[in-house]
Amino acid sequence: MNVRTLLGTVAALALAAVMALPPQAHAKEWKKVVIATEGAFAPYNLTRPDGKLDGFEIELGNYLCKHMKVTCEFVTVDWNSVIPGLQAGKYDAIMDGMSITAKRLEIIDFSLPYADSPSTFAVMKDSPLVNMPYTGKRVSLDDKAATEAMVKAVAPALKGKTIGVQVSTIQAATLDAFFKGVATVRTYGKTEEHDLDLQDGRLDIEIASSNYFVSVLGKPGGDKIVLTGPLMTGGPLGSGSAVGLRKSDPELKAMFNDALHAAKADGTLKTLAEKWFHNDVVPTSWN
Amino acid sequence: MASSLELFGFGPQGWGHQLLLAGLMTLAVSASAFFFGIACGTLGAWGKSSHALLPRLAADVYTTVVRGVPDLLVIYLFYFGGSTAVSAIAHAFGAEGFWGLNGFLVGMLAVGLVSGAYETEVLRGAYLAIPRGEIEAAKAAGMGRWLMLHRIIAPRLLRFALPGMGNVWQQVLKESALVSVTGLVEIMRQTQIGAGSTRQPFAFYIVGFLLYLVLTTLSGFLLHAAERHSARSERRPA
Amino acid sequence: MIDTDFLAETLLKLLGGLPITLELSTISILAGVVLAVLLALLRQASRVGGLFVRAYVFVLRGTPLLLQIFLVYYGLGQFPLIRHSILWPFLREPWWCAILALTLNTAAYGSEIVRGGLAAVPTGAVEAARVAGMSRWTMYRRIILPLAFRQALPAYGNEWVIMVKSTSLASIVTLMEVTGQAYAIISETYRAMEVFLCAGAIYLTLTFLLTRAIGALEHRLTPYLRRPETTLGGLA
Repeated sequence: MNVRTLLGTVAALALAAVMALPPQAHAKEWKKVVIATEGAFAPYNLTRPDGKLDGFEIELGNYLCKHMKVTCEFVTVDWNSVIPGLQAGKYDAIMDGMSITAKRLEIIDFSLPYADSPSTFAVMKDSPLVNMPYTGKRVSLDDKAATEAMVKAVAPALKGKTIGVQVSTIQAATLDAFFKGVATVRTYGKTEEHDLDLQDGRLDIEIASSNYFVSVLGKPGGDKIVLTGPLMTGGPLGSGSAVGLRKSDPELKAMFNDALHAAKADGTLKTLAEKWFHNDVVPTSWN
Repeated sequence: MASSLELFGFGPQGWGHQLLLAGLMTLAVSASAFFFGIACGTLGAWGKSSHALLPRLAADVYTTVVRGVPDLLVIYLFYFGGSTAVSAIAHAFGAEGFWGLNGFLVGMLAVGLVSGAYETEVLRGAYLAIPRGEIEAAKAAGMGRWLMLHRIIAPRLLRFALPGMGNVWQQVLKESALVSVTGLVEIMRQTQIGAGSTRQPFAFYIVGFLLYLVLTTLSGFLLHAAERHSARSERRPA
Repeated sequence: MIDTDFLAETLLKLLGGLPITLELSTISILAGVVLAVLLALLRQASRVGGLFVRAYVFVLRGTPLLLQIFLVYYGLGQFPLIRHSILWPFLREPWWCAILALTLNTAAYGSEIVRGGLAAVPTGAVEAARVAGMSRWTMYRRIILPLAFRQALPAYGNEWVIMVKSTSLASIVTLMEVTGQAYAIISETYRAMEVFLCAGAIYLTLTFLLTRAIGALEHRLTPYLRRPETTLGGLA
């Protein structure tokens, strides 16, 4: 490659980037929907080495759009700015492993949930916490008595430990609600960063969704991580991942819900869940 | 070792191609920001050396504020605030719906504006370094304003400003990493994507680190050559 | 339109991160100056030392600080050798890692600035010191370093301002300084613009005060550049 072609390529890239116009103006009749995703949250959404997006949400999104008879475009964004970007109008929908929570509902709207997986803890194989109380047991945080019993049993094990969690997640909210003051909580920008700190011993334990752990366990570096403690759902953990939408777009929400009904009815949702999560995570809260 | 060759190579499972594109994107956004910065810097330097109060005050406020706020915040302000402003302008001209700045434009404007504050000082310093005698000599020789700018001031200015501009370029190149928060796929964002998609963060961050080093080294050579070229008249005979 | 209650509340919460921002800035700037002087002297001292310092400066100036902090924090922990060393109790803490990365970074820039300052010390001053019978150490302490410092101050001042802003990157290693607090508030309220404006105001105040302080110091150190208090018309 000589200097001229290199410069040419750079100029062309710059031009292409400038020309790639932001989401087009749309009337309320939806023809095109721009969906934001992170492209780096396997197995929900990820990028393949050839640069193409892939993952559970990408396949599901394409199915939904086909059903809604709209053209869809996925754009990749940073997790920290995904909700402000929706509000600023940079895109129309979010599919980024984002769960429905009361707090988020104050700001934005959600479709029906399309995946629901319990949250749980993980430690290194040689940790004294491998067999925490309630390991493998399901607990709904909506059930007040059951939650109290679980916290009572689990809190002593976590006492004085350092827990890692990704910033602004349902898991961070859960720690805040039930284990505040018991353990030191450290928040990370990305989930793989708390994995690194678990491996190097800065963290005693971490918490994330069990769907996320599917992509970690067995991977290089993740082979020494094991799951422990209760499998928690509900309460601050919300009611599953869903499409995030602006409150001002109720017709788009109706379209997504309609398409999700179809995806559930024809078994697409189940097939995709088993393909990407090796687990049936189809929410049972709606039909 | 074999596995990392595969991971970062150009094969079907390799990220080499994407990383190369990301490197070019870093260059593209840095170059645009750098030239925008020169434009801002020229205005700033003109304002600072102006005898009128308003341009001087405006230039002072510009350099103080922009140099006083973390660059990340400037990028966020453009990213979120920019679309509101652009939409308002678009609507004033009768357009409808959403108008915004994409990651590339945000990066170019934000990083450019920040680098312009540093460029202001570089250009002002260089202008002051031109010996007054040369300008007087040019005037005495009967040169017009334009000819003097073209033949005397511009070459001398470039000669004195080049080292400083080189520093600003290197700074811009590294600053462009922060544009990754807008989702623009340059080196930093590509390493994050690779880290999150393969769950091998450490390997990807090392490669990102090395890519920046390659870019700064290569551009360092070019800058050095340019400096030597512009200083050729001052070289002593062997 | 403007929610002043929210702005006030945000500002107050952000100020909670100020102590860490100040700690990181002050300690890394001071440690950075010491390391920068050592590096600049090492570069003068020997060929091997010079090569080492040049390689150090090359790598640290050639890569983004964001990646440097990341690699210091997550990278060092990858090596069992380091995890089992006596340094681990320090390197385990994000606070020390941030200090280490910021110091190493600013020292690279600083050593170049100090080198410029050293080069600008007039030969005559050094010769005079030698003639006066000063030892090498005394000469450095009394003549060379103070003159170099005065020469380097304007450029070094800029670097310090950049350092204060750079501490905002420490939030990626879980430190809750002002920017870390900002992220936390945004994740609760999703009001990015307002929060970042408040954070910007805090940084602007800090850097403005620092710039003023450096300006005052510069003024003090360069009495010979000042115009006489009373100037005679026409002669000034």
